[in-house]
Amino acid sequence: MKPSQRVNITLTINGRDYAIAVEPRRTLADAIREDCGQTGTHIGCEHGVCGACTVIVEGEPIRSCLMFAVQADGKKIRTVEGLADGETLHPMQQAFMDHHGLQCGFCTPGFLMLAVGVLEREPDISDEELLDVLSSNLCRCTGYQNIIKAVRAGAKEMRHR
Amino acid sequence: MTAYTKGSGATWVGRSIRRLEDPALVTGRGRFTGDLAAAHWVRFVRSPVASGRIGSIKAPPGAWIVTAGDLAGVKPIRPMLHKFAYRPVAQPILAEGVVRFVGEPLAAVIAASREEAEDVADQVIADISATAAVIDCRAALETTAPPIHAQAPGNVVVEGIVKTPGFDDAWNGAYQVVALETRSRRQNATPLEPRAGHAAFDATTGRVTLTCATQMPHLTRTAIADILGMPENQLRVIAPDVGGGFGQKMSLAPEYVLLVWLARRHKSSFAWTEDRRENLIAAFHARDQYISLQGAFDAHAKIIALKADIVTNVGAYSCYPTTCGVEPLMAMAELPGPYDVRHYECRARGVLTNTCTMAPYRGVSRPVITFALERLMDKAAKRFDLDPVEIRRRNLIDAFPYRTATGLEYDQASYRQTLEMAATLVDLPAFRARQKQARAQNRHLGVGFAAFCERTGYGSPAFAARGMDITPGWETAVVSVDPSGFVEARVGTSPHGQGLRTTLAQIIADEIGVSPDKVSIVHGDTDRAPYGWGTFASRSLVIGGGATLAAARKVRAKLVRIASHMLEAAPEDILLGDGEARVAGTDRSLPIAVLAREAYTQTHRFKGEIDPGLAEQGTYDPPGTFSNACHAAVVEVDIETGRVKLERFIVAEDAGRLINPMIADGQVHGGVAQGIGNALFEEIVYDETGNILTSTLADYLPPTAREIPPIELQHLETASPNSLTQAKGLGEGGAIGAPAAVINALNDALAPFGVEINEMPATPQRIRALLRNAGVPS
Repeated sequence: MKPSQRVNITLTINGRDYAIAVEPRRTLADAIREDCGQTGTHIGCEHGVCGACTVIVEGEPIRSCLMFAVQADGKKIRTVEGLADGETLHPMQQAFMDHHGLQCGFCTPGFLMLAVGVLEREPDISDEELLDVLSSNLCRCTGYQNIIKAVRAGAKEMRHR
Repeated sequence: MTAYTKGSGATWVGRSIRRLEDPALVTGRGRFTGDLAAAHWVRFVRSPVASGRIGSIKAPPGAWIVTAGDLAGVKPIRPMLHKFAYRPVAQPILAEGVVRFVGEPLAAVIAASREEAEDVADQVIADISATAAVIDCRAALETTAPPIHAQAPGNVVVEGIVKTPGFDDAWNGAYQVVALETRSRRQNATPLEPRAGHAAFDATTGRVTLTCATQMPHLTRTAIADILGMPENQLRVIAPDVGGGFGQKMSLAPEYVLLVWLARRHKSSFAWTEDRRENLIAAFHARDQYISLQGAFDAHAKIIALKADIVTNVGAYSCYPTTCGVEPLMAMAELPGPYDVRHYECRARGVLTNTCTMAPYRGVSRPVITFALERLMDKAAKRFDLDPVEIRRRNLIDAFPYRTATGLEYDQASYRQTLEMAATLVDLPAFRARQKQARAQNRHLGVGFAAFCERTGYGSPAFAARGMDITPGWETAVVSVDPSGFVEARVGTSPHGQGLRTTLAQIIADEIGVSPDKVSIVHGDTDRAPYGWGTFASRSLVIGGGATLAAARKVRAKLVRIASHMLEAAPEDILLGDGEARVAGTDRSLPIAVLAREAYTQTHRFKGEIDPGLAEQGTYDPPGTFSNACHAAVVEVDIETGRVKLERFIVAEDAGRLINPMIADGQVHGGVAQGIGNALFEEIVYDETGNILTSTLADYLPPTAREIPPIELQHLETASPNSLTQAKGLGEGGAIGAPAAVINALNDALAPFGVEINEMPATPQRIRALLRNAGVPS
């Protein structure tokens, strides 16, 4: 496609505006990574199955490979780069480190954004419901044991904040 | 942010300190290959047919396309084995004349963006006249089957045969013979990060840097330099953060060779990231095996002989560097497992087909042979009316060292103890009572055990025994202390999720007397790390850890000499710890940073007695050490739907000394989850024409958090004389035991219906088909 067919949009990622020109077909995941340079969001399948690309758009965890960048124009987007407050980690990041909830780290940003997005909306979600939520993303390294532990511990910390 | 916690205990080794890798990975600061920008993007055009002759390949006007005809002077990938009747089949970097599997790279399209490259690739028209394809390896053995490669008539590419002396007499004296046919379907390792490569030309030096998702950076450099006929010093290979590998990223991808060729020829940068479909159809596959197994038992249910015929579907080509012999030959060598069996006859064949090339995947054959052998033990237990624990108790080896029927030497281990630990956790009598009650309510529970031992951390002698043209095995580490007191270890292993930076730092910390956060580990860069073989075969902590310990001991010795000189005390009175050198029984001490600075800047004071600098090299090339474990699964089967739910999963394992128990547990968890996927869910399905029907993660099904039960884990730590750090390897074990335990549990649950399943994965469809045939309504 020619550049003339690109659309000018603004993505607000972690509080910062990125004015970019994208083809209408460009996914939000590609735009975040390539046009905005925020490579912490990873792409694992581009089919909406694995959840590695999960980001929070207007408070909702979504698969950024299943949303077009133009659909996110003007919306508030949060990615893994925006979780920590300066050098102070978000409780969920700290919990993943404390409970060995990651190995290769490729799926980790997606799990962090999924867990944080859901727990901000539903801080008192039951353990069973949380397991359902976590089963929407894939991890190939951890066998999920320590992700579940980490998210439960992180949820507790988030409630105490 | 604190990267580690100081636990209890006198040493850093043995503590569950937090991983030094994690702060970057949880904040989005990890650096993966696909994060790099490039001037050009590459898209591969792949064969849509399993077998055929290439007529023409036409690209749209103005497109930049590369085909085999452009690659004059580029050699094919041709790994070699000098034993086992191996036929050296070759894979061209891009298909030349013929195609041999769906997904084989036919051409590369290059454009300024990924989207453009994909658009152009979609318009490329390949005129291929399809020829008869053969998909199943037993079909490929039939005399009428078309040969996949002219060099391998009959399609057998490798064949191992073993028969111990006196086998026939032992066999003929058997009280009972138990026989079994097993089938393991094909899998894909499915790392969450698909393969990715980025080759960039440096105009200043004329060198190319290939950044790629590999487990073996140095051998990738050697292989590509050989194939392209370039000096190795013109190529730098970097494995940055790698998003899981599990073996799939240890074999050489032809795509990486092409990226380097493009960067050299066009003096620019070229990137390729495969999509998930490419990964599922054209990255390496594994586990596609038939095993016919028979066991001869005496009257006391003691196994006296094993007879096996192993047929492995190796796909269309042979993977580099191991060759496709890796699956059948490892199956042959290690099938007798943890049992005392003196007589063994085996034939193991690797058979070519028109399917994606097979390569090592976590466990390499052991998940399949353990599944076969443990099914045999359960069948024999039934025949002898013994419980599954008792028959294993009677047959497990319990005196070490033990030399197997195939000549392997098992070092100190705990086969029987781990069985008893698992049995205690299961509480078999209580389970049988519960099972009986549940059956009365039409609920079907089952328990299954799997005992196994696993060769880990083996050096060059073990690889040499296979006759590999390239004999990997040893490792080197260089440990240095800089003038400011920071410690760096440069290692040839190449971790990608295993936490090796942390565990190596723990090993060094104890030797040198500094905390692990003062230690940085450099790996995955051929310009900075010493030549090494990378990370695979549960070897890194044993061999890389041993080399690191050897180097750290030399650094320690030198620090002691410098301290002795500076503190004017006898070397034997110097103690290193907490970042300083102390003279025992005095208050005299010096920070290690001061000793290090002295080693560089005040060498004249040593009067020639101590060499300048503070960097030492260690190498390690051990014979190999065997980890062991017993897994147990408790399942419930819904006989109306064929759904299998895991209720409990138990692991009692022994991988020697645990350097970091938290990381060790994580390795077992991950392996078990992959093993459960292997047993129940994951299957690459080909149709009869060789097309893959499972090319998304909605069809190929790695387990989610819902399918994996809490894993109950217990460790023993039997020290091995074959490991400098006393640690044995444990990266693969979880994946080795779990499939057998789950399938045994499933069979236990199905026993009242008189059906038996010896095929993996045991999907609901397969379970229901058996039950339907047995007259059980859905």
